[in-house]
Amino acid sequence: MFDNLTAKLEGAFKRLSGQGRINEVNIAQTMGEVRRALLEADVNYQVARSFTNRIKDKALGTEVLRSVVPGQMLVKIVYDELVMLLGGASKGIKHSTRPPTVILVAGLQGSGKTTFCGKLALHLKQEGRAPLLAAADVYRPAAVDQLRTLAAEVDVPVYALADDTGAVIQDAPRVATEAVAAARKNARDVVIIDTAGRLHVDATMMAEVADIKQRAKPSEILFVVDSMTGQDAVNTAREFNNKLNFDGVVLTKLDGDARGGAALSIRSVVKKPIKFASTGEKLSQLMPFHPDRMARRILGMGDVVSLVEKAQQQVGKDQAAALRKKIRKEQFNLQDMLDQLRQVERMGGVAEMAKMLPQAGQLLGDAVQGEKEKGFGRTEAIILSMTHEERARPQIINGSRRRRIARGAGLQVRDVNEVLRSFRSIRLVMKRAMKMKGRGRQMGMAQMMQLMQRQH
Amino acid sequence: MFGRKNEQDQARLEQGLEKTRTSLFGKLSRLVRGKATVDDAVLDELEEVLVSSDIGVKTTVTIIRHIQERVAKDRYLNTKELHALIRDEIARLLHQRPRATAGNSFESTPHVILVVGVNGVGKTTTVGKLAHRYRQAGCSVVIGAADTFRAAAIEQLEIWARRAGASLIKQRHGSDPASVAFDTVQSALARSTDVVIIDTAGRLHTRTNLMDELAKIKRVIDRQLKGAPHEVLLVLDASIGQNAVHQAAQFTRSVDVTGLVITKLDGTAKGGIIIGISNDLEIPVQYIGVGERVEDLQVFDAQRFVAALSI
Repeated sequence: MFDNLTAKLEGAFKRLSGQGRINEVNIAQTMGEVRRALLEADVNYQVARSFTNRIKDKALGTEVLRSVVPGQMLVKIVYDELVMLLGGASKGIKHSTRPPTVILVAGLQGSGKTTFCGKLALHLKQEGRAPLLAAADVYRPAAVDQLRTLAAEVDVPVYALADDTGAVIQDAPRVATEAVAAARKNARDVVIIDTAGRLHVDATMMAEVADIKQRAKPSEILFVVDSMTGQDAVNTAREFNNKLNFDGVVLTKLDGDARGGAALSIRSVVKKPIKFASTGEKLSQLMPFHPDRMARRILGMGDVVSLVEKAQQQVGKDQAAALRKKIRKEQFNLQDMLDQLRQVERMGGVAEMAKMLPQAGQLLGDAVQGEKEKGFGRTEAIILSMTHEERARPQIINGSRRRRIARGAGLQVRDVNEVLRSFRSIRLVMKRAMKMKGRGRQMGMAQMMQLMQRQH
Repeated sequence: MFGRKNEQDQARLEQGLEKTRTSLFGKLSRLVRGKATVDDAVLDELEEVLVSSDIGVKTTVTIIRHIQERVAKDRYLNTKELHALIRDEIARLLHQRPRATAGNSFESTPHVILVVGVNGVGKTTTVGKLAHRYRQAGCSVVIGAADTFRAAAIEQLEIWARRAGASLIKQRHGSDPASVAFDTVQSALARSTDVVIIDTAGRLHTRTNLMDELAKIKRVIDRQLKGAPHEVLLVLDASIGQNAVHQAAQFTRSVDVTGLVITKLDGTAKGGIIIGISNDLEIPVQYIGVGERVEDLQVFDAQRFVAALSI
């Protein structure tokens, strides 16, 4: 449905082949398309416009590297700029020097605040802290019960206020302040305040959250936002920021397929770091935010340039040269394949890798990726069950050796055959890739990676 | 069925859409101020206004193209005409889709409604408000608490059922949602209840196993009562961006969505999403939520929507 930005960029620059430079004329046409693609990724209109203007300035007159085509060069410029805009290395929670550290969590209805509070409690617990959850969402039916259930799952206490009949007392600032006092008394060093979802245009509710801030004096205020949010994300974030001057942003529901352009918009408008990314329904699924991953996501799949960059960093140039020599001399063996697979894993797994490769991305449906991730362990187990000689000279692996390897790996003979079969095709593709030059070689490499996945 | 409160509804709708109206048409007025004709600069700014209202890139491009065609044909387009032209475009986009029919009346009882959507869009609240609507219309209602996953979802629904005067069928947290759906339909059949509304857990449309679970719930319902569920409502948060299309496609693939519910339309300038969705999707918008009160879930009416948007 949504064209990916990378393909658009490369398509637009196809006609430029033979020109070594990005110039005023050829970039103007492309920037319109880039802007449209950004809008489709839910980047705010104004943010998208100033972004493309900046890209234009940067790209103008840039010498196109001989190794990459102009389109790819532009992709790289766009990617680098995105990463920069999304912020540097991820920042954690700012802890107070005098405990307890008070963290206020706020956002729109349904953005995922309560679930995030549970996740954050677990995250802090794993860091060796003793959190207390304050149930300051006093309005939504059963919100307190929801927080209690989550808290029980991670074994963290909850502070809530109820009257004699068990009904929730609707005084959020009081819950917050009393929770802080209770934490101090019971030696809990972090208080996480879960607040009710509110619309930024609801003056009464915005005043309430400002009141909570004033009275509970949080050292960290986090604004929670759904990664599927559209153009209005900027207004929401701006209003919350005006009222609360929050310290960081939490992006939720990133396990969906939204491109998450809202992240870029919020970041560029309120200039606050994105601190966490929430990626699933399990309470352990909370990660520090990675600007590079987000940039790739907004760009869509197929960032060949960054793949090459990453591959170079990881493998190291010497190693890469050694590998090339091996392939040329047809000495690439199972041990090398295992090393390569481990590299792939280190780069963020096959699924991550697939996202960076256009062809692979097309071949692999999201659904099967999980399966493939699991498959790496199998391949590894099979190769590790081989002797060094078998790994170096796969041709000696006969029927009885296959049976022994399968037993050793706890798998079937046909699994061993599967690994051997894909090893042969990978070797073949590699050989072919070596004979190609320039861009062709990259494509060959991509095809090889694809095969590596298939054999998973 | 829900006809009586028309005038009140219109007033609430106008109130709920106020921000959208002032934002969209207010910006339009600003951009043509001091200009006599619609030129490229105006169109460029128009693009910004439309996209910023979450109308969506595709729909915006369509609207702009139509206006360009008009300009080309008439050689000249007065900026004053632009207003009317855009209103017509919006009306055209909204009317080209089949009108929502179900929900206003139904042929057989129990009338079964399955409510689905991603996390946090307001499914449970919608179920509560729907129950209230049907109760007000004099129907007996049973709600099935098939969101057995989210913490305290059942408790939340209990409160809503009590408020609406509907009965609730539930099992324990973590039990099989298809089994809850089964019990609910059974209960409705036994007590000849008019309306069955089944709440489901929020799930991202990319989770294959969870989407399969939803398909199973639907199958179980159909097995007990041929042709049920009669309505499958996909709930979308109005602040959603371009991902709405993906969601609708995936949910339709699993459970054949019959109508959309757009929630949280009040307060902010997000009404544009309805225009984009009507253009991009084949599924009619059935209900819209224009406020927090129980009565603020309304049957969507394109004509009224356009009227409320351009008073």
